[in-house]
Amino acid sequence: MRNARVLAAQTALAVAIFASWQVLVTVKLIDPFFFSRPSDIARRIATWAVNGSLWWHLLVTLEESLLGLVIGAAIGIAMGFGLARSPFAAAVLDPYIKMLNAVPRVVLAPLFLLWFGLGIWSKVALAVTLVFFVMFFNTYQGVRDADRVIIDNVRMLGASERQLVRHVLIPSALTWIFSSLQTSLGFAMVGAVVGEYLGAARGLGYVISQAEGTFDTTGVFAGMTVLSTVVVIVSAGVTRLEKWLLRWKAETAK
Amino acid sequence: MIALDLEHVSRSFTTPDGTSYQAVTDVSLQIPTGAFVALVGPSGCGKSTVLNIAAGLLSPTTGVVRTEGQPLDGLNRRATYMFQQDALLPWKSVRDNVALGLTLAGVSRGDAHHRADDWLSRVGLSAFAAHFPAQLSGGMRKRVAMAQNWIIDRPIVLMDEPFSALDVHTRQLMETELLALWGDRNAAPDEPAGTLRKTVFFVTHDLEEAIALADEVIVLSSGPASRVVAHHAVTLPRPRDLMELRTAPVFIDLYRSVWAVLREEVARSQRRA
Repeated sequence: MRNARVLAAQTALAVAIFASWQVLVTVKLIDPFFFSRPSDIARRIATWAVNGSLWWHLLVTLEESLLGLVIGAAIGIAMGFGLARSPFAAAVLDPYIKMLNAVPRVVLAPLFLLWFGLGIWSKVALAVTLVFFVMFFNTYQGVRDADRVIIDNVRMLGASERQLVRHVLIPSALTWIFSSLQTSLGFAMVGAVVGEYLGAARGLGYVISQAEGTFDTTGVFAGMTVLSTVVVIVSAGVTRLEKWLLRWKAETAK
Repeated sequence: MIALDLEHVSRSFTTPDGTSYQAVTDVSLQIPTGAFVALVGPSGCGKSTVLNIAAGLLSPTTGVVRTEGQPLDGLNRRATYMFQQDALLPWKSVRDNVALGLTLAGVSRGDAHHRADDWLSRVGLSAFAAHFPAQLSGGMRKRVAMAQNWIIDRPIVLMDEPFSALDVHTRQLMETELLALWGDRNAAPDEPAGTLRKTVFFVTHDLEEAIALADEVIVLSSGPASRVVAHHAVTLPRPRDLMELRTAPVFIDLYRSVWAVLREEVARSQRRA
């Protein structure tokens, strides 16, 4: 009931925004050269979908994002675990990790283009630099945050160090990691698209950058629309996955 | 035989501002095998510190701990520990929580589950085996914790105010169940001590609970530097009916005499606070 009402309000909001945009352009209150118009954008997306270029570009962007997510998560989780278990290494590396995290990723993109070429790997690398830190900080926090009483209980029940990691520290960190999955996924896509935008031959970022080069605002908006739609769909999937994985947490006492 | 033997045990902690805090001083106590011994004292008097030392979770600053005659080094592998707080693993089902001690010891999954189900039926939670702890009430979670501890069948059971978070009625129910698990009866005259019963070392701030359950009540002074101020033998016959016991004249007499000692300590700890 409440969900239905929220969904109705969301749809109404979208309709209101696009309708007023369309009307404002039609009555020439805003200039279609700078802002395009919803009907043109929809037509453009339809054209891309029919001639297949939409899928071809989208597939590359998704591939880069996914690789960035997986590689960034693997390195971030491994390092988060390592440093949480070794306070000395954590203290030594702390300022360096903060420095690296402070580097604006756009600055790195040209370097990655030089190092990894114009293909997908320079974009994957950019996505990795974004995903890594989210995963690293969450894993580190999750391991450090593990409940002292639960740890003592499991040790009293006879757990070895390895069993402690397996039965308590990993599940405890996983709750943090899963909750950061949304953010990580968004970052992975940002990394991929920014990378494509700065130099590529395929991908949604490339499409947007090409359109901008020819003052084709319709193309820019069409690219943005496709990108945001994909993010919404993927996040809905992640939300469901998260709900299932953390089902022990969400459910309340009966 | 002596299951737990603390000899001149002291423990100090370093506080965040760098000073040293003496939690317990020169505590000596001996818990015979098969006995149910309660440790009472005002809150913050170091009861949990004593229990943690017996468990091997803390090491004493000075003094010796022996368990069944052997000096304790590291965690006490002869004992289980039931915590005051919720210590169940929230990401494991009730069945997996109960089976955990067996799984950790390398028992096969099927066998561990089978035995966990036996324990779940003993504590009346068979219908909740697939639930997660967050779906259970406080009393049910305590039952799961009890099954989780008793399934690994160690001779010593340490309990740190296990029922203090429960309402009065649930609490009495849990106390009754605990006594039933432990084997609440008079020992046969020819029975070697502790052959059937576990040794229970039970920490509580509730004197009524202590007297109702235990064979012996040990009173700890108010902190800092708590020490043992009194031992009282509880000679009430077993099995005990906890519903009736609390109004029995013998119980009230006992309560009065132990409270005379404990009252001083509670008053002192309140003056300090």
